[in-house]
Amino acid sequence: MEYLSLFIGATLVTNIILASFLGICPVIGVSKKVSSALGMGGAVIFVTVVSSAATWLIYHLLLVGLGLEFMRTIVFILIVASLVQFVEMFMKKFTPALYKVLGVFLPLMATNCAIIGAALINIDRDFTFTSTIVHAFGVSIGFTLVIFIFSTIRERLETSNTPEGFKGVPIALVVVTIMAMGFFGFVGLGS
Amino acid sequence: MSNQVSPTETVNVPTTKYNYKALLTDGILKENPVFKYMLALCPALAITSNTFNSFGLGIITLIVLVTTNTAISIIGRFVPNEIRIPIYITVIAVAVTIMEMLTHAFMPALFSALGLFIALVVSNCLVLGRAEAFASKNSVVASFCDGLGNGLGFLFAMIVLGFFRELLGTGAIDFDGIFGFRLFPQEYAIPLFIQPMGAFATLGVIVGITASVSILKNHKKTQKKGA
Repeated sequence: MEYLSLFIGATLVTNIILASFLGICPVIGVSKKVSSALGMGGAVIFVTVVSSAATWLIYHLLLVGLGLEFMRTIVFILIVASLVQFVEMFMKKFTPALYKVLGVFLPLMATNCAIIGAALINIDRDFTFTSTIVHAFGVSIGFTLVIFIFSTIRERLETSNTPEGFKGVPIALVVVTIMAMGFFGFVGLGS
Repeated sequence: MSNQVSPTETVNVPTTKYNYKALLTDGILKENPVFKYMLALCPALAITSNTFNSFGLGIITLIVLVTTNTAISIIGRFVPNEIRIPIYITVIAVAVTIMEMLTHAFMPALFSALGLFIALVVSNCLVLGRAEAFASKNSVVASFCDGLGNGLGFLFAMIVLGFFRELLGTGAIDFDGIFGFRLFPQEYAIPLFIQPMGAFATLGVIVGITASVSILKNHKKTQKKGA
């Protein structure tokens, strides 16, 4: 039950994009097509869960023991970057079809602040290992949900009649505002 | 996004002579990283509900950007091409950690207000973007100017966003007690603007208006030519 409320809280209430403002660049950048949005979402789910687990283990087993907590930013970003690199090489060799679908989104994930943000939040909120996994999964599901909904709206926006100056990113930001208002209704749920 | 030029493409082939004035001033209005290229959106949206915090993070990012741009332009030519991104990220992470510790020590109030977002300067696409697109290929002085120009552009965007959001959301500006004024009473303020969704709306409207203005300007120019 405790894990369920943590999961719902991370997915809907403190949604990583609409409430915590992390990972906005990929949402604006790769949400033009539903298929690429889903590909990005899948990659983010995988990397967030694995990197959250890895950073939690390294922080609690290595950095705390050595008294090097202040090094966490440097260590975490390196873990995320090397993990992204590893995932890319692994997929290229063993699942070439999936690798083709994700293509350019894979290397982009090293600068996705949702992933490093989730890893830092896990530490800041003193989660246990299981909570960390649940939280990371919830966060990345929330990311995928928003990028999917947003991409379906954006496909429609392409053909709609928008003022000249607002075409593209500005109208997309206004749409995100309305989505954020909708997600604001979840406040109080699950926590 | 298709009509935008990515920042990597705007960097000219390095020449022996740099236009230092353009490097310093282009980033502020003409090539503003936030309003024009949609880079570094996460911090620009997350902590701009208050002018002072926006100013604080703007300054921290400015210092990090200048330091890393300078450092990377020095080491750029010695770094093997295959592992350049992890090396740049490490350099950036070192600068960010130093800034994080300095803020914690000397400005604890600002440190707790900004929270996670100081550490997240490390994944700020503007910092890595300038390192990769400009500093790694250009001279030290030019990279310093480029970092300063883009940092000032980011700071400018942060202040504009923070100013409008605080003013519309609370009816007053309070710059950490240093200066402040009240435009209209609290009852008439629109709290939406200091809540998360107000950030998207403010940025969307600002970008939309600037794009509309430049379209209008071009329109007038072509009309004049035609007449």
